[in-house]
Amino acid sequence: MKKSKTARGYFLNTAVIVVLFTAFQFVTEALGSRSSFKLVLAPCLWQCCYLIILAASLNMVLGFLGQLSLGHCGFMAVGAYTAALISLACERAGVFGDKHGAAFVLVLFGCILAAGLLAAVVGLLLGIPALRLKGDYLAIITLGFGMIIVNIINNLPFCGQDGLALGSAAASLYKNGLGFGSKGKVEYLWAAISVTVICLTLMFMFVRSKYGRAIRAIRDDEIAASASGINTSFYKVFTFAYSAFFAGIAGALYACANATLSTASFAFTNGGILNSTFVVVMVVLGGMGSMTGSIVAAVIMFFVNYEIKNGAWVSALPAAVSGVFEYPMLVYALVLIIVIMFRPKGIFGSYEFSLQNLIPDIRAAHAARAAAKAERKEAGSHV
Amino acid sequence: MSTFFQTLIVGLRLGSIYALIALGYTMVYGIIRLINFAHGDFIMVGGYTMIFVVPAVLALGLPAWAAVVAAIAVCVLVGMATELIAYRPVRKKGTAMTALITAIAMSLFLENLAQAIPAIGPNPKVASQIFSAGGISIGPVTLEYTTIITIVISAVVMIVLWEFTQKTRLGRAMRCVSEDKAAATLMGINVNRTILLTFAIGSGLAAVAALMYMAQYPKVYTTMGSLLGLKAFVSAVLGGIGIIPGAVLGGIVIGLVESFTTSYISSSMADTFVFLILIVVLIIKPAGILGRNAGEKV
Repeated sequence: MKKSKTARGYFLNTAVIVVLFTAFQFVTEALGSRSSFKLVLAPCLWQCCYLIILAASLNMVLGFLGQLSLGHCGFMAVGAYTAALISLACERAGVFGDKHGAAFVLVLFGCILAAGLLAAVVGLLLGIPALRLKGDYLAIITLGFGMIIVNIINNLPFCGQDGLALGSAAASLYKNGLGFGSKGKVEYLWAAISVTVICLTLMFMFVRSKYGRAIRAIRDDEIAASASGINTSFYKVFTFAYSAFFAGIAGALYACANATLSTASFAFTNGGILNSTFVVVMVVLGGMGSMTGSIVAAVIMFFVNYEIKNGAWVSALPAAVSGVFEYPMLVYALVLIIVIMFRPKGIFGSYEFSLQNLIPDIRAAHAARAAAKAERKEAGSHV
Repeated sequence: MSTFFQTLIVGLRLGSIYALIALGYTMVYGIIRLINFAHGDFIMVGGYTMIFVVPAVLALGLPAWAAVVAAIAVCVLVGMATELIAYRPVRKKGTAMTALITAIAMSLFLENLAQAIPAIGPNPKVASQIFSAGGISIGPVTLEYTTIITIVISAVVMIVLWEFTQKTRLGRAMRCVSEDKAAATLMGINVNRTILLTFAIGSGLAAVAALMYMAQYPKVYTTMGSLLGLKAFVSAVLGGIGIIPGAVLGGIVIGLVESFTTSYISSSMADTFVFLILIVVLIIKPAGILGRNAGEKV
């Protein structure tokens, strides 16, 4: 019975994803040439894709393993540079000429996979020493990692600001590497979305497997977990590396979506969207321990960020208020403090949205609310 | 040989600044087990206060360093406000993780709030000369007055703080609270007030550190506290967090490592070495140089 339910869930999800994806392909076909789609929607979708992967992958460490990692963008930087360098090398070797055809698609997915793998190796190397320590120290070490990885990348002779492109990094990645222009973004939108779906599926399966149960046990009580025969250091390091793998993939998508790569955009003090703290905000907002929550929060935060930067309503506000929006990190910091204070569980808590359980869940929520109401009424009548 | 001594002196000076900041970290961490990420930004608050107060102090005919009094006052207020508004409510109902996230959010909030204030803005401000220039020459090595003052002041502060925690009533209360909050309450110690005063003292130390830092590097900007604070935290962990002499020892070690790396290897790799040392020490001796490894209670 249990098994058939799981199988049915997979079947349902697969069917819905396939239908949505096909419908989306048709929409892209129909609207792809419109300028609003090409210049606004497609880049936004690319950004959403890597933010979703980033938030969900951090949630595995922060929400399910219960360890605060503050250097998540460091892994993203590793992934982005790996993908960019490999694509440039392939172009120089003549594997692909222009950005069409099977060879390029192969190189594209190869780059994405390689980016993830290298980030996972870095995560393993960092995780082995760091995860022997307790939460606070891990936060500091990962924070330090996020800072020095930028330093290290800048100092490597083959991938510093100059080495990346043997000239200006901006023009080259766009022209010779896997950086997509607005037309390429529409053409390869399917790649970004399918990579995101595959990553999310892998993460969901991980969280629901015996590994997921083990790391949740570690989060709730590490000593009890190790007393129950869970090899805590193995599971911690494994989760850390697994999460770094997806952060690396997010980095590769970032490299595709941007014509430029600069280490400054991954730096910790950077006020932009690619700040490790921004990722923490997304995870906390969505709910630590809810993958679907992270997805929703990533989209919300992307939208907020986009509106703050480009929205017409910001300039319509009085000067004193709109001045605040010139420093988006101020807004994010406030959001983070308010969420932690008033709803520490985030939007979703540890609830997972699922198609199969949607109707029972709604019924349960309804019943719970009705019960709470009845209880209040009862209490009121006794007073 | 003279380069070696000069580097040594620079390292000691840098180390004393780190030590002063690390003292603030270590006191707060010792008492509530929270990395106060905003501590680095208290330095920034102190720095900007001094930038604005120094002209007024000079107009009154006092020496420039007297502005540190105002900086201490402002930092103490900001530190206490942070504890009251952000940390205390979260500590009451949240976990260690939520408290840590709040601390990061507070740090970002202070940095960006400073940028959003028109009088401060995102561009660095240049500070005026704080201590008189010049120094003593011993052979080929020059010992600047600023260096001497920095090292002497941090040594004095450390000794005073040590005596304070060992001898006074409040200091003893602090040590009690850090050992066992429930037992401290039973002994009639007002735990929340003690924590608040710890924050006040730590933030005051950050203002003194800001004075030392500005005497050396006369430039103030809104993110100056983040890396400075991080390295000071590394110093505190290195020496053994929660231990006052450990913070000073760690600060000096980090200062020396940084200055020797800068002058003998590469200036851009200095930060990398600082963190490498942290990782190595934490693997070999997780409790820090002066810390004792404590077993875990089940």
